[in-house]
Amino acid sequence: MENLLEIKHLSKNFGGIEALKDVNITVEKGGLVGLIGPNGAGKTTIFNLLTGEYVPTSGSMIFDGRELTNHHPYQVTAFGIARTFQNIRLFSNLSVLDNVRIACHIHVKYGVFDSIIHGKRFVGGEKEIYEKSIELLRIFKLEDKKDELAKNLPYGEQRRLEITRALATNPKLLLLDEPAAGMNPQETEELMETIKFLRDKMGITIFLIEHDMHLVMGICEKIYVLDFGKVIAEGDPTAIQHDPKVIEAYLGTAYLEGGKVNA
Amino acid sequence: MDKNSLKKDLIVFAAVVIFYALVQVFIQTGIIGPYYSLNLILMCINIMLAVSLNLINGFLGQFSIGHAGLMSVGAYTSAILTYYYDLPLVVALIVGALAACLAGLVVAIPTLRLKGDYLGIATLGFGEIIRVVFLTNETVGGAKGFFGIPKLTTWTWAFFLMVLTIIVIKNFIDSSYGRSCIAIREDEIAAEAMGINTTKYKILAFTIGAFFAGAAGALYAHNFYTIQPEQFNFMKSFDIMTMVVLGGQGSITGSIIGAIAVTVLNAALSSLAAMRMVFYSLLLIIMMLFRPQGLFGTTEFTLDQVLGRRGRLGKSAGNKASV
Amino acid sequence: MQQFLQQMVNGLSLGSIYALIALGYTMVYGIIRLINFAHGDIYMLGAFAGFFAISAFHLSFIPSLIISMAICALAGMLIKRVAYKPLRTAPRISMLITAIGVSLFLENGGLMVFSPSIRTFPTVFPVKTFSFFGGLVKLTVKDIVVLTVMIVMLILLQYLVYRTKIGKAMRAVSFDKDAASLMGVDVDTTISYTFAIGSALAAVAGVLVGIYYNSVWPLMGIMPGLKAFIAAVLGGIGIIPGAVLGGLLIGVTETLVAGYGNSLYRDGVAFAILIIVLLLRPSGLLGKNQREKV
Repeated sequence: MENLLEIKHLSKNFGGIEALKDVNITVEKGGLVGLIGPNGAGKTTIFNLLTGEYVPTSGSMIFDGRELTNHHPYQVTAFGIARTFQNIRLFSNLSVLDNVRIACHIHVKYGVFDSIIHGKRFVGGEKEIYEKSIELLRIFKLEDKKDELAKNLPYGEQRRLEITRALATNPKLLLLDEPAAGMNPQETEELMETIKFLRDKMGITIFLIEHDMHLVMGICEKIYVLDFGKVIAEGDPTAIQHDPKVIEAYLGTAYLEGGKVNA
Repeated sequence: MDKNSLKKDLIVFAAVVIFYALVQVFIQTGIIGPYYSLNLILMCINIMLAVSLNLINGFLGQFSIGHAGLMSVGAYTSAILTYYYDLPLVVALIVGALAACLAGLVVAIPTLRLKGDYLGIATLGFGEIIRVVFLTNETVGGAKGFFGIPKLTTWTWAFFLMVLTIIVIKNFIDSSYGRSCIAIREDEIAAEAMGINTTKYKILAFTIGAFFAGAAGALYAHNFYTIQPEQFNFMKSFDIMTMVVLGGQGSITGSIIGAIAVTVLNAALSSLAAMRMVFYSLLLIIMMLFRPQGLFGTTEFTLDQVLGRRGRLGKSAGNKASV
Repeated sequence: MQQFLQQMVNGLSLGSIYALIALGYTMVYGIIRLINFAHGDIYMLGAFAGFFAISAFHLSFIPSLIISMAICALAGMLIKRVAYKPLRTAPRISMLITAIGVSLFLENGGLMVFSPSIRTFPTVFPVKTFSFFGGLVKLTVKDIVVLTVMIVMLILLQYLVYRTKIGKAMRAVSFDKDAASLMGVDVDTTISYTFAIGSALAAVAGVLVGIYYNSVWPLMGIMPGLKAFIAAVLGGIGIIPGAVLGGLLIGVTETLVAGYGNSLYRDGVAFAILIIVLLLRPSGLLGKNQREKV
């Protein structure tokens, strides 16, 4: 299968700190890839580099045949990458519907002048945006909450709304940053269904960061493990679970040495 | 779009036309004297200023305190055109507004990278620099002021332009472009991640605001025969900001009511002479202490509320104004 | 050369006054993120307090200064309590509008109480000039007093902020109000002290201006207040040495522009410098650039 995203020799320094060192990751078209690693390993930094929030120190990031480096976040979104944030960034004082409608703006069909005179093109374009938003909200079971303020939704629904909003930009690749954080087991179970649905039914390639091993091992086909800014392992869930380097990174060397307490 | 909203639009339209016609008849028959008509025109100008600033401060969420400077560009440009070149008011108005728009662009491009209070201070600085430019230019009268500007502003002009300002800005806000601006106010990083070119929309909203500030300035210049740089100093910018905050940032109806309140208050207190500003400042402080989010917060005052039905935004909009 | 050095001296004196006012702005902003627009009027109040202490009560310089500082400190605390404290949880812009309201109140109240006329500040120090470097630089007694008082105040402030318990509390609150509160710092009292200290410094500036320029009037606080605020932003708001640097910079440039160019441009220059600095260093000369975490 062809690769949708290729990260090659990616490095990022913050001042004197090397946050990422020579990272190589490929995500196939239609893939469902996970990125795991201890806190502070540099996982979110990879997302921030991909989406143009940061500029890499060196290396390249090819998405759909296009170099992502030196593009603004809004341009990256236009290329077809959408994301969610580790600590939910909804437009919390706006309605659920408006959150999704804002994300539809990228494909708006009328100009500023049309909007000022509220002409035919405006009416048609607004109708299209409304219908698309409602359709998405319906798929993600948020339709009857459309007039609710985003901040008043329960936590699990806020995460779901963030995914819905990201989808409104029509992405080819969806980056999910710890989508299950703070969810109870049942919500996580539902989330896993949603992610599978996105990939299988909507054809969206998924690249996700997650700490919940049940989720990662349950749905990802390929997993990358990041530790201290380096990829220390990659492979399918079974291979990762048995990789000694991964066990060491997560549990320390003591675990490998037969349970001796490391002083 | 639906029948019901068309009906409501018609009611509002009829009310606006009747109000305009009544005042026009009263002015012509002398029931409303020159003092009151002057203040009515001033009220329209203030509404234009407040609504246009609200687009920048309330909806886009960018803290600007240089509105008086943009207004003065419109005022001086249009006054030059009518005084030196005898051009009609329409031309002066359009050119004045476009000049303010251009000045807005010059202010916006470098400063909109700044955030929060820093942006506020930079815009204040630009406003003051514009003032100093007029202060040192003798063709426009320098510090003494620009005298002999023809009185061309009429109630019809002021009212028509005020309505135009409100319609244009309201329609803009109610569009996908307006929502994008609100998204920038709520969370710039998330907005950018949704594909919104934040710099572009900040500049767009800022120049639209500047355009109407310029138009208001042009009306202002042709209402009083004379303008002075001092009338457009940072205190005037504060004055406009007060109207916006009093009404509620992010509420167009709020800005309208805020502007009316400030104009009426100023006129009503004028008999107190020296005590006027003391009362005004006390009222301002008390208002803020009791209603810090302004009269309307971010909600709009709608016909439905008058008729006892739930407002369009009644359910979906919050009450907290954001800075 | 001689004229240039003389302008520098005048500029430093003016800059010292801006710096003293700017310190109050910076401290209050640093602690509650409020642009306290009434601060320039506190400075006016200080000038008038000094004026009455010297002309009506015939006190000498030091007691007048102390009385003026005490009056302004009280006024600052009173304003904080009546106008700002009730708005601590309100949107920040409301507090700003209130500050403008307080400023208008003090200015117009001043016009009523003190009358709009400009009053001549009594002569406190002998009119005498000292020459330095073979007559290259001439310092009047006033220049020496202004510069000395500014330096003494700076040393006192530095001591207060870095060596005393209240200073430690102030730094803690400005760093993180909630955490400071959890650690047992009385946030409210600390904010009051900050207002008091800032206002007392504005009082010093007021008295010095009276002595230096010989005149006081109710609207004298508007422009210097604004410029001092600009100075605080220029140096990096919330940073004490930044306020001093910004104040001196604006004072010197203004004096040079007025001395060599058109004095009408003087007001524009401060703003032009500000905009240029902000564009190059968005957090001011000494400020740290912070990026929002994604």
